[in-house]
Amino acid sequence: MMRHLISAADLTRDEAVRILDTAEEMARVADRPIKKLPALRGRTVCNLFFEDSTRTRISFEAAEKRLSADVINFAAKGSSVSKGESLKDTAQTLEAMGVDAVVIRHGASGAPYRLATSGWIDAPVINAGDGTHQHPTQALLDAFTMRRRLVGRDAGIGQDLAGRRITIVGDVLHSRVARSNVDLLHTLGAEVTLVAPPTLVPVGVETWPCEVSYDLDSTLAKSDAIMMLRVQRERMNAAFFPTEREYSRRYGLDGDRMAKMPGHAIVMHPGPMVRGMEITAEVADSDRCTVIEQVANGVSIRMAVLYLLLGGNESDAPNPRTEEK
Amino acid sequence: MSKILIRGAKVLGGEAQDVLIDGATVAAVGTGLSDEGARVIEAQGQILLPGLVDLHTHLREPGREDSETVLTGTRAAASGGYTAVFAMANTFPVADTAGVVEQVYRLGKESGYCDVQPIGAVTVGLEGKKLAELGAMHDSAAGVTVFSDDGKCVDDAVIMRRALEYVKAFGGVVAQHAQEPRLTEGAQMNEGVVSAELGLGGWPAVAEESVIARDVLLAEHVGSRVHICHLSTAGSVEIVRWAKSRGIDVTAEVTPHHLLLTDEMVRSYNPVYKVNPPLRTERDVLALREALADGTIDIVATDHAPHPHEDKDCEWAAAAMGMVGLETALSVVQQTMVETGLLDWAQVADRMSFAPARIGRAQGHGRPVSAGEPANLTLVDPAYRGVVDPAGFASRSRNTPYEGRELPGRVTHTFLRGRATVVDGKLA
Ligand SMILES: [Zn+2]
Repeated sequence: MMRHLISAADLTRDEAVRILDTAEEMARVADRPIKKLPALRGRTVCNLFFEDSTRTRISFEAAEKRLSADVINFAAKGSSVSKGESLKDTAQTLEAMGVDAVVIRHGASGAPYRLATSGWIDAPVINAGDGTHQHPTQALLDAFTMRRRLVGRDAGIGQDLAGRRITIVGDVLHSRVARSNVDLLHTLGAEVTLVAPPTLVPVGVETWPCEVSYDLDSTLAKSDAIMMLRVQRERMNAAFFPTEREYSRRYGLDGDRMAKMPGHAIVMHPGPMVRGMEITAEVADSDRCTVIEQVANGVSIRMAVLYLLLGGNESDAPNPRTEEK
Repeated sequence: MSKILIRGAKVLGGEAQDVLIDGATVAAVGTGLSDEGARVIEAQGQILLPGLVDLHTHLREPGREDSETVLTGTRAAASGGYTAVFAMANTFPVADTAGVVEQVYRLGKESGYCDVQPIGAVTVGLEGKKLAELGAMHDSAAGVTVFSDDGKCVDDAVIMRRALEYVKAFGGVVAQHAQEPRLTEGAQMNEGVVSAELGLGGWPAVAEESVIARDVLLAEHVGSRVHICHLSTAGSVEIVRWAKSRGIDVTAEVTPHHLLLTDEMVRSYNPVYKVNPPLRTERDVLALREALADGTIDIVATDHAPHPHEDKDCEWAAAAMGMVGLETALSVVQQTMVETGLLDWAQVADRMSFAPARIGRAQGHGRPVSAGEPANLTLVDPAYRGVVDPAGFASRSRNTPYEGRELPGRVTHTFLRGRATVVDGKLA
């Protein structure tokens, strides 16, 4: 297993499948009356959030606590942090405190990579989202959700997503979720199509291992999963598309469009959803929509990542598979 | 006695000759010159060049003396073989008045390592709104001839037109940092395959090319001359080539780093590679080399941009843009242009001394190596190979992208008006 988790692109197929399989084991913990494993007892994990994200922070925190880790939450936003010194200074403070792992969320692309490679800190670094670059645990939880729904909970063990067709719709340009998913889904053997207005597709996308389409309707019938991305309202002012209505007409997912998808196909969203614009309430509330499962699966995936990066040692970290029996 | 005899150097890369310096002047060039009363420098195998001239240097003084001062910057320049540098105007305060340019000019004289020719700002405070007192800066003791808002683009077409017209009165030139501001909002690196993957804001080539296209047309319309700073894209080369073919009075520069490095380096997220304009693609690099070879790009200019360690030892987005270059420029040119067969040493002398001196009207610099000329000279050992170690830099800042990289060539001696500023590779 790798030392850090910075980018979904760094994972091999086997590493990714191992994380998904471990997450299945971790998910069983959630079904127990006492939702705790002793795997990280005595280890300290810091959630270092330079950018607000209550959802992601809580998800990591739940995962850490279920593994019995000691948790430090450090929200740099609003503190005396200024300019570039902040990351290095903070890292060195954490190093001095003997932190065993750092989960970092940062508004600047590459900040977790810098943290992991600059010698500022020795602990493993887990990227919880950096700028418009990567959000690997999000991609892993998405893949986990797809595998459960499209392959099966038990049938999925050891399996990847070979041959599944996944469509990712929306603001690809600014989306670390899209980047991470393209990388990971490709590694897992899926065929990915990005759908967006041309203004929201990055220049240089032609080297990505996926297809690009500007036409949502033409992709519906051949999608096993459609992942809707969040479109921030401020994009409208920057002329990425003319109006919210036009965006919604061309790229929004409503009941009519959902009806054109295959019967088994699912609708995904990293949340929070902007209902009405990118997804209608009818779709969001349908049983094909996996948003709530994604949240639950996020905890299992993060437990698996922390366990594999930090637990590693079989003697003090009980194998959850055997414990379950 | 202040005679120096340089024995057996290849003058501009040609035949080995002796060069006798007497006082501040080259006294004789020939074979078998008498060494009587002269200190002798055995220079067999070395190349003798006219002292290099950098049309684009950031000396940071006044205002950011923690990054560089006129003294440390000119020491770095001498180490790199330069005898004259043009100091950019984006200091604090901005060099937009006769007072500030005279201060910089005087500090250069006092340093004694290298002549400093201040560049004046085009607009007050580099704000792009109101012309600075271009005439007063020209009339000052500094005798400013080059004007630039470098660091920022003069993006208002009317201001640019007026500046181009106005400097005609005293033979000035406007040096444009071509960067369309709206197209580069939030820009962090070259827009393309790598930026798409890294999720860093893109600086598209068209943001440079569109401004160059506009400015050459403006220069044509008003019959003035324009200089384009740090060309970085293949498209910019095509526009300048077209403009020259049309007879427009445009000159252009390329930096050493744009001749060697590509945006692939940014994958390291190491801010030492963060520079404006950004590192581009392999295709751009090859086009720039070719253009420097065929004369479409007139000169090499360093864009020496010193920054203190803390401004680079951070995450990419927070880091300052720029890299130091004075001390490595000639080595990079040797590697990318001479050792690839694109330029011979006489052409290097043209691109790094004659032409920049001509564009900037630098008095006494970029002169032929012949009797009666000012003894501004640089001696280079082209056979030298060494790994770049910024610990040995004379520049106050160490933000070099070449740390640990092997580069060829070494400046062994630099002479400013007959006085050695560098001897055996060390500052005198
Ligand atoms: Zn510039």
